[in-house]
Amino acid sequence: MSQDNAWGAQQETDASYLADKSQVTEPSFDWTEPFTVDGGIIPLDDLVDATINAVVPVLRPIFQVIAEPIAWILNGIEALLLWIPAPFIIVALALLALKFSTRAIAIGSFVGLLSIGLIGAWDAAMTTLSLVITSLFFCIIIGLPMGIWLSRSDKAVSIVRPILDAMQTTPAFVYLIPIVMVFSPGKVAGVIVTIIFAVPPVIRLTNLGIRQVPADLIEAAKAFGTSPRQLLFKVQLPLALPTIMAGVNQTLMLGLSMVVIASMIAVPGLGLMVLQGIGRNDIGIATVGGLGIVILAIILDRITQHIGSKQHK
Amino acid sequence: MKTKLSVQNVYKIFGKHPKKAMSLLERGKSKDDIFSSIGQTVGVNDASFDIYEGEIFVIMGLSGSGKSTMVRMLNRLIEPTKGKIFLDDVDIAQLNDEELRQIRLHKISMVFQSFALMPHLSVRDNVAFGLDLAGEVSETERIERANAALDRVGLLANGDSLPKELSGGMQQRVGLARALCINPDVLLMDEAFSALDPLIRTEMQDELLRLQAEDKRTIVFISHDLDEAVRIGDRIAIMQDGDVVQVGTPDEIINQPANDYVRSFFRGVDVSTILTAKDVARRKQQTLIKKTSDTGLSTSLQLLKDNDRDFGYVVDASNHYIGVVSIDSLKQAQSKQQSLEHALLKQPHAIDADTPLGDLISDVAQAPCSPAVINDQGKFLGIISKTILLEALDRQTGDPL
Repeated sequence: MSQDNAWGAQQETDASYLADKSQVTEPSFDWTEPFTVDGGIIPLDDLVDATINAVVPVLRPIFQVIAEPIAWILNGIEALLLWIPAPFIIVALALLALKFSTRAIAIGSFVGLLSIGLIGAWDAAMTTLSLVITSLFFCIIIGLPMGIWLSRSDKAVSIVRPILDAMQTTPAFVYLIPIVMVFSPGKVAGVIVTIIFAVPPVIRLTNLGIRQVPADLIEAAKAFGTSPRQLLFKVQLPLALPTIMAGVNQTLMLGLSMVVIASMIAVPGLGLMVLQGIGRNDIGIATVGGLGIVILAIILDRITQHIGSKQHK
Repeated sequence: MKTKLSVQNVYKIFGKHPKKAMSLLERGKSKDDIFSSIGQTVGVNDASFDIYEGEIFVIMGLSGSGKSTMVRMLNRLIEPTKGKIFLDDVDIAQLNDEELRQIRLHKISMVFQSFALMPHLSVRDNVAFGLDLAGEVSETERIERANAALDRVGLLANGDSLPKELSGGMQQRVGLARALCINPDVLLMDEAFSALDPLIRTEMQDELLRLQAEDKRTIVFISHDLDEAVRIGDRIAIMQDGDVVQVGTPDEIINQPANDYVRSFFRGVDVSTILTAKDVARRKQQTLIKKTSDTGLSTSLQLLKDNDRDFGYVVDASNHYIGVVSIDSLKQAQSKQQSLEHALLKQPHAIDADTPLGDLISDVAQAPCSPAVINDQGKFLGIISKTILLEALDRQTGDPL
């Protein structure tokens, strides 16, 4: 906790700096150019710094507890994917594609995965895949109930919507640092960052999908005596499924697009290959990593897209 | 007749301040006043009527008259603001959620204008929907009962189809089967056939009447179509701007409309298909010849001459219709020394009481005299003259004011 002392020292200077500013800037305040004050009139940046520094030591143990199940699932999936011989995974994914979508996509995913292996990105791809699957798992666990809740309350929507907007538009780099501060750098922090960025579509589209269920079907279901629970599970969710699957698909894609950024906080995988390529000016390794991400993305996208549209039929 | 559903002083106010609106209503304010002063809409205003067991009760009205609101209050898809709705001895308006759910699962089911079939379920699963929700019967029994219900509406072969693969009429048959599958006491039908084209609609009405002949269920049928109401309804309630303005049999409604609104339903309606011979047959202004053993030709002749008539209608002592005679035919028979039977004219034939007016126009127009109307026991009900027929048909086009 030497960090605390270091920041603590700075807090003192912060306070004196603020006090200084009030003395220095007040007399010379020019109302025609009110926003040229150094550091802003409202010192948001300092406030945030101060808050984060005060909160992090307190919350750190709590977040470590949260990190535990994420790490457990993540490591489990990764170990599993790396333990299963590559040919099995290639065939299994191709069969999965064959079951949920078309033969062309099955062949495509077979060729795609094969080429990931051939260009030497297999292990990195499996690490990335485990990261994405773990993120997706938590996104669904968080997003589905959230979406259901939002579909039932307009007030909840008005509160949560700006938060979702912020989650999707805030540059990931902004929350990268505080996340690392509470979770430590590594794969778990990577999953958390990915969840923040990728969970909004599941929430939004679950909400939308349930709200789009025709009112006359809801009325009919009620007329036949559905309990609120039956209404949700027998009518609303099945009818909203195509829309929810579109949300899952989007979440998956956003998750994959996060892997390069996540690699900046020491998350291994295809993202790290790209980052290393950029850092060492090594276009070759960056291309291998990039191509791996693209192939993985296309395969996952096509398969999940078809799960949604198959239900729709 | 036993009362199945009893609606007693039921109100529905739409808006955020139903209590305010109720107190204004009780102080005698009009619906328009209430809307302009506090913005509350009176959907149903003090509705009271009884629905008897085993009858088809039609609630009729224009859109916005409150008929759909009324029917939805019967199973509380819409909560009544005030009033009592008794199903047998249970006040539906007072039930808690679970009790209400049991009523919906077992006692009251509904058929919708938009069919409202679940698109993700097969036709059979749609029909079994209610049983599935109740969760009280095994899957085999559920399928069995769903198949039986499908069989009744003639769609047993389509059990595995999805609803969207069926035509509109077939989809509504599924809707009907879904409602019948739980074997409800009361069947609510909200403009159930309005979305169908006229030919299919008539077919569905026949289907409903056929099923009703087997079941004798209590049916509440919402319609905006008088033809339909008269065709299938045992009794009709007419709603206007949230008020129930008249309740009665089709004949009562047509012959004694309560107000101009009720009368306005006949405008553009084809009366000739609704009114039957017995509705317009008249007993007055005709000469009846009671045939007894001593009724001879000369007494009959004298009777016609006294009443200044050309034709006379012969009935027996218990009012069974025998035939029609004219002055000419009586004179002819008299000259040949024959009896009254020989004076009976070959034309016109008597008209059956239930013949719609549309089917007897040519009979009446071509007959030398007004034809007699008889009921199914052969009793004389009256006659239909050309004038009577014209007057009756004129009701559909004539301005009721």
